[in-house]
Amino acid sequence: MTSVAPTNADLALGTPSASEPGNSPRKFNINLRESGIYIAFALIVVLFAILTGGDLLAPQNISNIIIQNSYILILAIGMILIIIAGHIDLSVGSVVAATGAFAAVMMVNWDIPWPIALLVTLVFGGLIGAWQGYWIAYFGIPAFIVTLAGMLLFRAVTLMILGNRGIGPFPDEVRTLTNGFTGGYLGNIGLGSLGGADLFSIIVGLLVVGAIFWSQWRTRAGRQKYLQAVEPFGMFIAKIVVAAVVVMAVIIQLARFRNLPWVLVLLAILVIGYSVVTNRAVFGRQIYAVGGNLQAATLSGVKVKGVVFWLFVNMGVLAAVAGIVFAGRLNQANPTAGNSFELDAIAAAFIGGAAVQGGVGKVVGAITGGLIMGVINNGMSLIGAPSEQVMLVKGAVLLAAVAFDVWSKRRAGASR
Amino acid sequence: MTDSDTILRMQDITKTFPGVKALQDVTLDVRRGEIHAICGENGAGKSTLMKVLSGVYPHGSYDGEILFDGEPCRFAGIRDSEHKGIVIIHQELALAPNLSIAENIFLGNEQATRGLIDWNKTNAAAAELLRRVGLRENPTTQVVDLGVGKQQLVEIAKAISKQVKLLILDEPTAALNDEDSDHLLALLRGLRDEGITCVIISHKLNEVMAISDRVTIIRDGRTIKTMDLVADEVTEDKIISGMVGRDLDNRFPPHESHVGEEVLRIEDWTVHSPTQHGRVVVRNASLNVRRGEIVGLAGLMGAGRTELAMSVFGRSYGVDISGKVFRDGKEVHLKSVQDAIRHGIAYATEDRKRYGLNLIEDIKRNVSAAGLKKLAKGGWVDDNEEFKVANEYRSSMNIKAPSVGSIVGKLSGGNQQKVVLSKWIFTDPEVLILDEPTRGIDVGAKYEIYTIINRLADEGKGVLVISSELPELLGLCDRIYTLAEGRITGEVNRADATQEGLMTLMTTHGTEVAR
Repeated sequence: MTSVAPTNADLALGTPSASEPGNSPRKFNINLRESGIYIAFALIVVLFAILTGGDLLAPQNISNIIIQNSYILILAIGMILIIIAGHIDLSVGSVVAATGAFAAVMMVNWDIPWPIALLVTLVFGGLIGAWQGYWIAYFGIPAFIVTLAGMLLFRAVTLMILGNRGIGPFPDEVRTLTNGFTGGYLGNIGLGSLGGADLFSIIVGLLVVGAIFWSQWRTRAGRQKYLQAVEPFGMFIAKIVVAAVVVMAVIIQLARFRNLPWVLVLLAILVIGYSVVTNRAVFGRQIYAVGGNLQAATLSGVKVKGVVFWLFVNMGVLAAVAGIVFAGRLNQANPTAGNSFELDAIAAAFIGGAAVQGGVGKVVGAITGGLIMGVINNGMSLIGAPSEQVMLVKGAVLLAAVAFDVWSKRRAGASR
Repeated sequence: MTDSDTILRMQDITKTFPGVKALQDVTLDVRRGEIHAICGENGAGKSTLMKVLSGVYPHGSYDGEILFDGEPCRFAGIRDSEHKGIVIIHQELALAPNLSIAENIFLGNEQATRGLIDWNKTNAAAAELLRRVGLRENPTTQVVDLGVGKQQLVEIAKAISKQVKLLILDEPTAALNDEDSDHLLALLRGLRDEGITCVIISHKLNEVMAISDRVTIIRDGRTIKTMDLVADEVTEDKIISGMVGRDLDNRFPPHESHVGEEVLRIEDWTVHSPTQHGRVVVRNASLNVRRGEIVGLAGLMGAGRTELAMSVFGRSYGVDISGKVFRDGKEVHLKSVQDAIRHGIAYATEDRKRYGLNLIEDIKRNVSAAGLKKLAKGGWVDDNEEFKVANEYRSSMNIKAPSVGSIVGKLSGGNQQKVVLSKWIFTDPEVLILDEPTRGIDVGAKYEIYTIINRLADEGKGVLVISSELPELLGLCDRIYTLAEGRITGEVNRADATQEGLMTLMTTHGTEVAR
């Protein structure tokens, strides 16, 4: 499970565990519990594409879905790590507001140059995380309580910073980063009936596909060198082709609209970076060890308190990133910013396959979970569904996702 | 052919899980008023059989027939079987820790008048039940304040309150010290004399020999045979050969130790309890372990064996710890688990499920858990190397699993223990402290664990084995320390050691007055 490629690499087809015996009688050994989420996502996309008469997949709409959900997805990355470790963070919505407000005050009221202001904001987010991490990891208060208090505390901080008004507008550079697109650096090329598209975006897309292929190939070759069982070659190629088609389809649609959103670039970097950390880094392994069995991790020499502390620091920094993106997109820091974001981020993590007891989950899963909710939101508003229906469906999806997880676990347990 | 002497007859029970036949045509006859032992290796199907009997696996999910008191039974759940008078007491006790003894006894069976609980009636009835099981405690005492042995008695009192006719005990003495075990076994005899039939599942063959009237042996999901202890002249070896399907003339692999330099010395080690203020758990304990030597640490439950080991292992237990630890003759300060690992000390816990393994992860990630740094460069793990290492341990330790990607929680106890040992051997320790290394694992796997321990000693490592089973210490160790109430009360060479001698030392300091 060392796939470092973005979401799409795992799309639709399960990643059969590399260590499964290679001579398994069933060649298409799809692990429903792990790949169910991607299948569900594909089905939901198809469903809404049909219901909206194709509008869902229109160039501008794809761009909107990415930008509108970017901050939730950024939060979901931090949240899944915390949930894997067996904790929770209810404060991220308030931290989004507080960091956004702080950034706004620095840039708008104090005229601090934007790169410095953004950096300081990230540090501010990290300090908030350190505060909560201290109480949770070293003082031993449950994260639920500490971050519930944080939810109130940092909303209060936001109000103290902003008063009861919004602060804006932001410098152009910040707006471009949070709400803008890459420039048409290389001009357009014609794509036949699809019309013109941005050449630069398409080249980036091809590079991404190449990178997916290269990294997957290297992983596979490495495993073969160690005589590990790998999936059949046909399956391997099929998965890469599916990933390549999905990546290129999205990129081409974006290239036909206004090129690549900068937040997509940011998200891609975060997803790849955090996927590698969770799969490959010692720290990532320790997160799973802590969440899987706290005592066993302690007695195996894992510095459990340190791991939990730094996870919350990390969450604070990511919440600051989300805070900047959200405020920048609205071009204003608002006292009500980030309301209920924590719930969306937590829901994304659980829809994406995290386990309530901790120890289980993937960054790519949480992103997929966030996108499922994003597509439901977007698709239902396109067909004009009222907001209560949207909430109803989202609630049902969350419950169904966790119910499926619990059910499949019980079934696996019964077969013992 | 139901004669009135038979209280329970399970006929041709077959239970299939996806891909596995857990039970195949198992037949069990239990006579009224007997103590009937069921023996078998872990995974032989004993627990599954009892779950079928108690309705955990409802009628329809298995094939075969159950006759209780001559009537065919079709239980849909535990309530049905309890209604008939069949009560099962599981290995993991199912008491609510923060409720009182009386509340626990009558949980689900509350002594109420007009919907309100009658506390006087509850407590009086509980007191009467406690008297019957010989537990001198106030019925209003919280269960959390009782030791495991007493909790066991509360469970039995609870069973009696349900008008039990057939009492099933799954490994009742696994967590008890000898004194509590003896009391429990005496109680079971008493219950038998009152007409309550008992089925007891146990790994402790000496107890089976001591208490049961008949024994049924199950192996690989099949009934091997049922023997009458007297009429069939049953011996422990006879039971063992039935369980493993082969004659084990020697339960311990032959081994000759080549003892070298001292590798670990503990001096004047004193540890206080972290929960009970001022209570001394280990007092001025001193011991040493030499290279190539297997040293035993014997003590009754509560003597402070685990506490001694864990406090040495990076202060994982206890407060106000004083004393000195020497590694290869040099004093070391082990303030954390990391320190201990760095100084070549490994501690394999007595409770592998709670403290030893990440049960939801696979074999390779458990094997690498404590020595992950060896597989990492600059903070990044080489998972191909990890796979290779795990595979090497899978073959060298004979871990029976389809692959190193198998989830540890699904392995048998013996294989889990091998994973724990692999994890610690991978940290390249010079001293291994093995706390109850064969607890809850079957005879065949025990032999393999003993072989591994011998191999470690032959490689020049020092091994300290903590065990509740004196025959195990006698069969394995070169030298045995005894611990009683936190003090080292004796040091005996293998040649001079006897079970009786050790037991005397283990009880030297006048244990508290019998409960």
